[in-house]
Amino acid sequence: MSVTDLHAAGLRRDERLERWKLFGLASPAILLVLVVLVIPVGWLFYVSFVGADGNFSLENYERMVSRKSYLRIFVTTFQVSILTTALCIVIGYPLAYFISQLPTRWANLCLVTVLLPFWTSLLVRTYAWLVLLQKQGLVNQWAISLGLWDEPLKFVHNMTGTLIGMVHIMLPFLILPVYGAMRAIDKDYLKAASNLGASPRRAFWTVFFPLSTPGLFAGSLMVFVLCLGFFVTPAVLGGGRVIMVSMKIVSNIELFVNWGAASSLGVVLLVLTVIILWIASRFTRLEQMAGGGH
Amino acid sequence: MTAKTGALPITVRDVTKTYGSVHALDGVSLNVKSGEFLTLLGPSGSGKTTLLMVLAGFTRPDCGSLKFGEDEMIRTPPHLRGVGMVFQNYALFPHMTVAGNVGYPLKLRNVPKAEARDRIDRALELVQLGGYGDRGIDQLSGGQKQRVALARSIVFEPRILLMDEPLSALDKKLRDRMQIELRHLHEQLGMTTVYVTHDQREALTMSDRIAVVNRGRIMQLAEPQQLYDRPANKFVADFIGDSSFLPVAREGAGVSFAGATLLMDGAVPEGNDLLLMVRPERVRLLTGDLPGDTNIFDAKVTELVYQGESYLLYARLPEGSEIAVRGAIREGTFGKLPQVGDAVKLGLHKADTVVIADGER
Repeated sequence: MSVTDLHAAGLRRDERLERWKLFGLASPAILLVLVVLVIPVGWLFYVSFVGADGNFSLENYERMVSRKSYLRIFVTTFQVSILTTALCIVIGYPLAYFISQLPTRWANLCLVTVLLPFWTSLLVRTYAWLVLLQKQGLVNQWAISLGLWDEPLKFVHNMTGTLIGMVHIMLPFLILPVYGAMRAIDKDYLKAASNLGASPRRAFWTVFFPLSTPGLFAGSLMVFVLCLGFFVTPAVLGGGRVIMVSMKIVSNIELFVNWGAASSLGVVLLVLTVIILWIASRFTRLEQMAGGGH
Repeated sequence: MTAKTGALPITVRDVTKTYGSVHALDGVSLNVKSGEFLTLLGPSGSGKTTLLMVLAGFTRPDCGSLKFGEDEMIRTPPHLRGVGMVFQNYALFPHMTVAGNVGYPLKLRNVPKAEARDRIDRALELVQLGGYGDRGIDQLSGGQKQRVALARSIVFEPRILLMDEPLSALDKKLRDRMQIELRHLHEQLGMTTVYVTHDQREALTMSDRIAVVNRGRIMQLAEPQQLYDRPANKFVADFIGDSSFLPVAREGAGVSFAGATLLMDGAVPEGNDLLLMVRPERVRLLTGDLPGDTNIFDAKVTELVYQGESYLLYARLPEGSEIAVRGAIREGTFGKLPQVGDAVKLGLHKADTVVIADGER
């Protein structure tokens, strides 16, 4: 053994041991992912290829292509997702900008008000909207007594209600990453732009906005992907008139007990989501969706 | 851009800025001559950066006047002031290339594309980064970023250039070289330059004049040599260079230390608390014949430190004060120096005998 190999074997062993310890810490989570994700999803794939007669068949997928109603459901799903995302951007971006410009104390207070509903049960918030928006609800009553409109407007059991509810629930998912990206923008960049001759508006569009787009992209993606598989809010506030993929999956099982049809819808939704995330990952770093990055 | 682009004088009058009860700027008045390289030098929190931010328009003072040439600028928003500025952390736009950054002020001014490309190239060549236009900002080293920031701030030929500790993030060797380069660039372009630093050597190296700032006031505004040799008060003497201070008493037109009248060329300032400023490198260790034009102090060596190019020796006077002595080390001289405990005679030439008023005013 030469002098340079002093303790080499022992140090290598320590290194290996450390790695095993780390793996040991992660093993409960790995087991959980295996049991509740990998196995069920694999089973989902399997069931989607089983026909009504119990043999291997593509009939579940053929049905999706041949029946117009299925196409309509996918169109509706994307419509709701795109509209919700767009509305979240229009409402959330300016709000995130406003919060990011506040002193830290006030910014934190504002963030809590953004997060508070985020921590409240989704079901409760959805039913709250139902109460608020229905024909005899608070919104209609007040508006009529104030003379804003004469007849109760239909806010629920349609697209409007679905969108109001979805946007409300999705907003934090957009605001948080956008706020994170904005907060990370060094104020000196804007000073530099201003010093070099840019008006505040020009400085915003040439410097601030481009630097905030990674956060905006991550937030939008997050909202859009979450919308694709959303169930409770459209089911309650859509009143059966806005049917998204997730609702069709439920009805396939509850009404028709057709596991194959339900599974195939699930598979298509999953594959679409993965494709969207894969495309997105080529343009941005996905960890920004969790508020990380930079 | 090798031709001088013209310059504007800056006139600051009675500018005050308070944060709560703290006077960041306390009635500052200052004239920067056209084409001058003026440095604001002071410790952190002295108000030097606040003053620069007032010049750039990023800090709104409580009151005061600011003129570029004949034009009152105090209420002009920053983007209309037309001054170049180099930020401490460079503030290069990370989503643009080097050329995009340098070309940004030209784009805002609607300079035609071909001309802009030309001016970007010339600016980059001026800072010795020719051919770097297509690089991304994160591909640059600290020194290169510094040069890009400089190119960006001069490409639109501002008549005033502001710099906020632009070299503080660089390592010492690079900093020394950039100081000389900035100096040459200033001579070449001739724009009025206000430079902020807390590094006294940097200030002495680069400036035509230096304004020493402390607690929101300008303590002294003078040329580097004047500032070093004839500081206005103890704060300036202490902040610039090293010095020992000995208490002296007024005696007729001159002063005396420990009962002995001092020989001196300069005048004695007003005030009762007077100090003799002793710069370590101006003190000589005397041996043999004693010169007649020199003040002589008997002392005892308390410490001897080897510092590579020089030695630093501390000696205590009989009345209790300590004097630092610095001298160059040439071949073999270090071994011949007096040792700790030895009695020595220290000489201070009458031209180097400077008496200042204690305190800050």
